Amino acid sequence: MKIEIKNEEVRSEIIQRIEEISGENIYKCYQCGKCSAGCPSADEMDLLPNQVIRNLQIGKVDAVLNSRSIWVCATCYMCWIRCPRGVNLTSLFEACRLMTLRQNLDQVGLKEAIKESEEMDIPQIAIISLLRKLTS
Amino acid sequence: MNKRIGVFICHCGLNIAGTVDVDALREAVGKIRNVVYVKNYIFLCSQPGQEMVSDAVKEHKLDGFIVANCSPTLHEKTFRTIAIKLGMNPYLVEVANIREQSSWPHSKQPDYATKKALKIIKGTIKKLERNIELYTQRVGLTKRALVIGGGIAGIQAALDIADGGYEVLLLDRKQSIGGHMAQISETFPTLDCPQCIMTPKMTEVAQHPNIKLYTYSEVEEISGFIGNFTVKLRQKARYVDWDKCTGCGECIAKCPSKPLSEFNRNLCKGTAIYRDFEQAVPSYPVINKEACLYFQKGVCRVCEKVCPAAAINYEDKDIIKEEKIGAIIIATGYDLMPIQALGEYGAGKYKDVVDGMQFERLLASTGPYAGNVKRPSDQKVPESVVFIQCAGSRDPETHYPYCSKICCMYTAKQALLYKHNVHHGKAYIFYIDIRSNGKGYEEFVQRVQEEEGVVYIRGKVSKVFKRGDKLVVWGADTLTGQTVEIETDLVVLASAMIPSTGSLNLASKTRLATDKFGWFSEAHPKLRPVESVTGGYFLAGTAQAPRDIPETVAQASGAASKVLALFSNEYIESDPVIAQVDPEICNRCGYCESVCAYGAVKLNPKTRIAEVNEVLCEGCGACAATCPSGAISHRNNSRKQIFDMISVATENYDQITTKFDK
Repeated sequence: MKIEIKNEEVRSEIIQRIEEISGENIYKCYQCGKCSAGCPSADEMDLLPNQVIRNLQIGKVDAVLNSRSIWVCATCYMCWIRCPRGVNLTSLFEACRLMTLRQNLDQVGLKEAIKESEEMDIPQIAIISLLRKLTS
Repeated sequence: MNKRIGVFICHCGLNIAGTVDVDALREAVGKIRNVVYVKNYIFLCSQPGQEMVSDAVKEHKLDGFIVANCSPTLHEKTFRTIAIKLGMNPYLVEVANIREQSSWPHSKQPDYATKKALKIIKGTIKKLERNIELYTQRVGLTKRALVIGGGIAGIQAALDIADGGYEVLLLDRKQSIGGHMAQISETFPTLDCPQCIMTPKMTEVAQHPNIKLYTYSEVEEISGFIGNFTVKLRQKARYVDWDKCTGCGECIAKCPSKPLSEFNRNLCKGTAIYRDFEQAVPSYPVINKEACLYFQKGVCRVCEKVCPAAAINYEDKDIIKEEKIGAIIIATGYDLMPIQALGEYGAGKYKDVVDGMQFERLLASTGPYAGNVKRPSDQKVPESVVFIQCAGSRDPETHYPYCSKICCMYTAKQALLYKHNVHHGKAYIFYIDIRSNGKGYEEFVQRVQEEEGVVYIRGKVSKVFKRGDKLVVWGADTLTGQTVEIETDLVVLASAMIPSTGSLNLASKTRLATDKFGWFSEAHPKLRPVESVTGGYFLAGTAQAPRDIPETVAQASGAASKVLALFSNEYIESDPVIAQVDPEICNRCGYCESVCAYGAVKLNPKTRIAEVNEVLCEGCGACAATCPSGAISHRNNSRKQIFDMISVATENYDQITTKFDK
């Protein structure tokens, strides 16, 4: 599949905003893949952590914002700790999530989530975390 | 005081004229006091440009001139040479740098650039007005070189200088010369073994009438300056009389104490009385006092009993020897970073995670398993090996930001040699980029991939841990976008190169500049790569930065040719633009001595008045700036001159109308 690299997408405003919020320079990443290699959530991700940042580097921000990966991230910081270039990928993921969250739309229904969690016996702290991540 | 000053303004194509209004500049400069001639030219440094300057100096009877062009590091010499040819003192020629200091940095503000260029020229005129004639000093030199480090760089440099007909002292802190190259199994991309290609050079060193070997020795102290160094060398106590020793090796064979072998990178045991390796030069052993039973427990003396030449001498002491030297080559080489710092790879915790040099020893026919690759933990033949490149290199966050340069190639070579050794074995190389830019290097990597069946995986490893007696490697294959796991027997880390142990100590003894990692700094990264910043010191090999054997050898020959060029002179001419002391004003505080980076300013032990060693002084000006009483000044940079230039620099800018003014 061929994708088109577009001038207006590369370093677009929204990507610059993601960099600003996270305080990270996405072009520091040289794509070694060490983040993906050590990520405990990588198996559940549709884009590996290094692919998330790669998409941002070439301006494909929609691919990132529509991916499961940024929501699957457990914010364990393993990627950042081992990154040879010191890219705080966890912050970058958080900034990507904020791009959606700041639209102030509820991504989950509060009632259903609580009901579901009771059935599945999910700890309370997970519910709070879920609500923080997915509701405004 | 110069009264007839000429100013030549260079356009430097469009480098200057594209930004600076050179015509307005010429007009404004013409109005400055004492300027009798101004001329613009497209390229002053061209042959016609030089002739134009030369003719104008004669025609207008100039008693000094200024070239307004590029940095003085580039063409100051060109125009001072013209002055010499015309019989003018070259120190009455000054460069006003209007390119690097005006047209380039202010390319978007042409009006400001023009005005700033005028200030630079005006300030330089003020300086030139007070310049005095200076003359170089001549001192003799000792035509004898010291090469510090006996690896392949030091060996090559020593041989070249010795072949040139001059005496060389070759120093190594180890028992033998040979360095790291002697430890390597085979060399890329030709797969020669060092026994084949290096030992002839080592033998040549041993037999050369012009080379004096100082092994098992270290630099104690260096004083003096280019052409005239006095060096104190500490020859460490060997406990073996090398004049009597025949190198038969009987003592080594019978020594009961078995410390870990440093040459074999602690993979197996050696002996307390040892030589580094079989082809060691010299072949005479030394006793490792820390491991020797006699020295530690007072019993044994087996070596003494078996020595047919009665060469063992337990009373031996360190000897300090003083030598006169004219030039010094730093060839102190490299080490590999301690892999214990790479915790995520289990280095230091698991015996079967080794560094590149340990794997060289596992491959080497002179190594712990006689060239049969085995795991250090249980001596099992590894069914597979995982190589991890960039272990600590290209890692600015936690280790070293630079590329260690040789790892791509030696990893490819090691994987190939492993495959030749264990035919059914599998080799995997985790890499980020493959850097194979040398003659025959890319072809070698292609051969390793295509013919030797080594599997390259593009990604970095994040974790190595143990499962049963296997090592599990977690990495990524960024090309398929998947994380990968490999179960393997042995992991080899291509760990980062760092300056050799002790090179920082040597840097402080020689006052030589290093970068922040400890690599010795060259005088210019492109045009003076084998000279250090301080006169008389030259650099060879990995003392300067990571590099491979061909580059090391080429650089060593380059450094040697610099030494030979120096030795072809009967005397050394020193630059007179240096510090000078007015003894009447000096208040004997000694601040100058403490700030001098070259050891050139010293208080006279009797009078306690500061004195400048004119050959050693590099003219940096630190002492002149520090001197609280104003006793030290920098020739042709006197306080008056500097204040004159500051006055010009702080004047208003609006003294010139350029074509950019509306």
